[in-house]
Amino acid sequence: MKDNAFSLWVYLSRSPLLWLTFTLLVYAITDAVSLATHRHPLANPVLHAMWIIGAFLLATDTPYATYFAGAQFVHFLLGPATVALAVPLYENRTHALAAILPMLIALAAGSVSAVVSIVLLAEATKLPRGVILSLAPKSVSVGVAMGISASLHGDPSLTAIAAILTGVMGAIIVTPLMNSTGITDYRARGFAVGIAAHGIGTARALQVDEIAGAFSAIAMSLNALATSFLVPFAVTVLIRR
Amino acid sequence: MLASFSLILLCQLTGDVLARILGLPLPGPVIGLLFLLIILLARDHFGVIARGPLRDGGIEGASKKLVAHLSLLFVPAGVGVVQRLDLIAAHGLAIFSVLAISVVVTLFATVLTFWLVSQPSRLWDWS
Repeated sequence: MKDNAFSLWVYLSRSPLLWLTFTLLVYAITDAVSLATHRHPLANPVLHAMWIIGAFLLATDTPYATYFAGAQFVHFLLGPATVALAVPLYENRTHALAAILPMLIALAAGSVSAVVSIVLLAEATKLPRGVILSLAPKSVSVGVAMGISASLHGDPSLTAIAAILTGVMGAIIVTPLMNSTGITDYRARGFAVGIAAHGIGTARALQVDEIAGAFSAIAMSLNALATSFLVPFAVTVLIRR
Repeated sequence: MLASFSLILLCQLTGDVLARILGLPLPGPVIGLLFLLIILLARDHFGVIARGPLRDGGIEGASKKLVAHLSLLFVPAGVGVVQRLDLIAAHGLAIFSVLAISVVVTLFATVLTFWLVSQPSRLWDWS
């Protein structure tokens, strides 16, 4: 019996089905908890799904590649979901057009402060050059950030982690931080979280307010463009090693 | 639903192809987003293209279903952290701190700029 159970595990743990099911199941639970706490920032479903799945992989000694063979079906949808953000953008086009000037100036301020702050801080804490290059594009969506990192000979897998950590931290901190500034303009709040925390921030904004979600989607697409141009320039100017 | 999803994939595919051929620094999905936006805007002006997925809220419904679970899609890449535990052990605290400070700086800089520029009279009140 014990042998049977073991061989069943050996079979299942190599099949994409188990890891795809596990990913959806864990997320369904962390999302239900988030909903039950009225979308409390600390109950962020991505954060909790990440550590639960990660700990399970470590405990069962499952290589990430085996896990990803199943989870890639979810990962693949990042591309189509980015395209689909055209719809909230289209539906709020009149709001967006009316705010074109503040958006463009805030884009410049936000993308520059994201890249310059991370490079200068990482320099100050004496992180290795390779790590700094990998952290620099962290404010844009995972796929884009990994592309920028690869073109600079950074480490794309570290960049993916940095981008997701940034997204999760931005999504957690945005509501309390914005409340502390007293700014109630949901266009400005949404735009800021889209610049700072890409798709994870946008997912948070969509939970809070429809207008915030649309402005966040615009911000993350514009920032993907701005950061792609800005990072190569910033690292040559700012890194002195 | 099927036609709508195909249209989304087609936009992404076109974006990928264009990015590759023209060597654009933009990722395919972001160009795909622009394509879908242009198609939706064109529909407002040219009624003839309001067919299939572009009729009766087809593309809108499919897109909203995809976007509703946007957070889930980041989980597989996020779990990738298990691959880099060595690096986390060596530099984890520094990396975590600089990312946290940078995200706060970026949020403040962006929200204040947007807020001030959207109503320039605030520049005088604020100082």
